[in-house]
Amino acid sequence: MSIKVRYFASLKESIGRAEDELAFVDINSVADVWVNANKDTDRPHNILAAVNMEYVGFDHLVHDGDEVAFFPPVTGG
Amino acid sequence: MEIKIVTEPFDPWQEIQTFQKSAKQMHGKYGATSIFVGTMRDFNDGDDVKGMTLEHYPGMTEKQLAHIVDEVSQQWSVLDVLVVHRVGDVFPDQPIVLVAVWTSHRGDAFDSSRYIMEALKSKAPFWKKELLQSDDLRWVDKNTDGYKAAGNK
Repeated sequence: MSIKVRYFASLKESIGRAEDELAFVDINSVADVWVNANKDTDRPHNILAAVNMEYVGFDHLVHDGDEVAFFPPVTGG
Repeated sequence: MEIKIVTEPFDPWQEIQTFQKSAKQMHGKYGATSIFVGTMRDFNDGDDVKGMTLEHYPGMTEKQLAHIVDEVSQQWSVLDVLVVHRVGDVFPDQPIVLVAVWTSHRGDAFDSSRYIMEALKSKAPFWKKELLQSDDLRWVDKNTDGYKAAGNK
């Protein structure tokens, strides 16, 4: 009963972690995942979210075993 | 269709030649090839840049690039596509990205390769961290909109 949370790039540096293993308790949406994993840190306004490597909105529902990722705007190419 | 994320410097012209030779199903069919190569500059945002590190999200990057190539195949008549993108430490004059599209006619080649590049810039999870001449490190905070930038000039 857990989900994996991953952080990338400048967000990973600012929060000081690359990933969290979070108990799947009191979590409905992607927004809840951020709050549970980062209790003292407000969600930066510009970050994007993905569930199982697909872009989602913060109201997207999360299921047990999902991989949730947070990251800043992408800058490849 | 081939999507490659590479950790070492690559030669886009060699990649194109090798791919084109092996893509036998399109031989005799392609009349147009559109090629885009993105190369690292030694300046950005008014500063001299010595190098950069490209981070990505393994798995998601490939997945999003595959979606983009699928979208292109649905909108245009495309025979084959090759996308190569660097990660790791990159230095000025080294290629960062190659997008090559083979089609029967030029309109499809131009339009689909432009679409792939713009979609890659806004959706493929890569992030650049620059090493400035001053030795400061700086994350690139966002990509510009290629269509808007071209229209404003």
